[in-house]
Amino acid sequence: MYMWNKPKQLTEHEQYLMDIRKENIKVHLTRIIILIAFFILWEIAARLMWIDSFITSQPTAVYNTLISLTQSGELFKHLFITIGETVLGFILGTIIGTLIAIMLWWSPFISRVLDPFIVMLNSLPKVALGPIIIVWAGAGITAVIVMALLISTIITIINVYGGFNEVDSEKVILVQSFGATKKQVLQKVILPASYPAIINALKINVGLSWVGVIMGEFLVSKAGLGYLIVYGSQVFKLNLVMTSILVLAIASVVMYIGVAFLEKKLIK
Amino acid sequence: MSKKILSIRNLSKTYHTKESETIAVKDFSIDIMEGEFVVIVGPSGCGKSTILSILSGLLKPSSGEIIYKLTKPLSIGYMLQNDHLFPWRTILKNVLLGLEIQGRTTPENIEKAKKQLETYGLGKFMHQYPYQLSGGMRQRAALIRTLAIDPDILLLDEPFSALDYQTRLAVSEDIVSILRKEKKTVIMITHDLNEAISMASRVVVLSKRPGEIRNIHEIKLSSEGESMLQKRKAPEFMDYYNRIWRELDVHVE
Repeated sequence: MYMWNKPKQLTEHEQYLMDIRKENIKVHLTRIIILIAFFILWEIAARLMWIDSFITSQPTAVYNTLISLTQSGELFKHLFITIGETVLGFILGTIIGTLIAIMLWWSPFISRVLDPFIVMLNSLPKVALGPIIIVWAGAGITAVIVMALLISTIITIINVYGGFNEVDSEKVILVQSFGATKKQVLQKVILPASYPAIINALKINVGLSWVGVIMGEFLVSKAGLGYLIVYGSQVFKLNLVMTSILVLAIASVVMYIGVAFLEKKLIK
Repeated sequence: MSKKILSIRNLSKTYHTKESETIAVKDFSIDIMEGEFVVIVGPSGCGKSTILSILSGLLKPSSGEIIYKLTKPLSIGYMLQNDHLFPWRTILKNVLLGLEIQGRTTPENIEKAKKQLETYGLGKFMHQYPYQLSGGMRQRAALIRTLAIDPDILLLDEPFSALDYQTRLAVSEDIVSILRKEKKTVIMITHDLNEAISMASRVVVLSKRPGEIRNIHEIKLSSEGESMLQKRKAPEFMDYYNRIWRELDVHVE
């Protein structure tokens, strides 16, 4: 038996949702097209000698380098070293920065005393301290991590301490009216209320730790993606440089997404 | 006759800034009886909140004394303009905050707090978060949080001013009936004369800064019922209103 199915009439809300979905698909599609077009154009330009692939490399060469680096195990060695340094840098940076912020909150006197020093350290380009760090910490992983820490700790102190100070003073008065001690004010109000600020610091620190780690690797290291990039450019292996940058870009995006996901989980 | 539980003698408070010093409260003296509902009214900036802060122990007076006539250590409940329920805690956890800070989260006290939530219609919401409750319910939860530590005196600092007018009427009615049922001694601050006269057993009128007591009115309304709207219909209500209004001496400058 044949039945007529009238095309289903969409309700206004369904239509609205549908429009949003269509718009989203359009945006995603355009992004992908741009990315693909970029690589295709790069490849064509290299093949037709519009650009010199010796200094610009080309996608197929990058792909081949990627495969050989993966097969030899080189890639993962360098990738894991860099990721390890970065994760250590941003976790330690967040913890140390938060502890110092707690100290500043605890003692307004210390906070006033240290304020100009923190401002100075914040505006100082930390890379300038690189040579000193190498001398003190040695030319190795320690120096790289110290570099990352230096960058992320200062900004954590500033952000988290700012978060502490933004906590509604009436909430503090409320717990004080119950007879809370300073430690209880910290535990019951200041820390839980600043939770979003701390998570936010974590997010900023991911990016900053990458900066610190790559900078550190440029300066000192014998392994890691930053090392591969510098080494590749010194021996004019641009394929290696481009491959490393590509891997770095993907790794940093993945880590950012990871932290953003964590943020969603932790903040309801 | 109920007994005196609190004597305030010649309380004064001066605030200092680099440029000047401001006398906020001057020679404030009053005796508070057990179970009384005292409302303090006065123009803005007359030091009303300062008095409550001093009574709550958060602020030291410049001079004067407060004498508590109690055999046990005094416990004070302080309620502020906003409910200040912590968004990261459930309603029950919020209500237990004071007990937690004072290290008194015994099973009996927790049970009591839960029972109070049940009694005042928040039992179902115990495990929900503040944002899931209406403004009136949140204010009630804030009151139960204050009551959970079993305070001898409750200090209410404009507890309804963050609510819209209709909610405000309902919530103040609600809160007064809870406080009456729990037989608490209350000192409240408000701007709203209607609220003051219909809630209070005594209304204290403060002058402009520096805040001094202008007058204290015993409120006796011959209304039929206990509800605040009925009280507002009492024939004496307007008399009190007009007298207090004149004493407040409000000008728009």
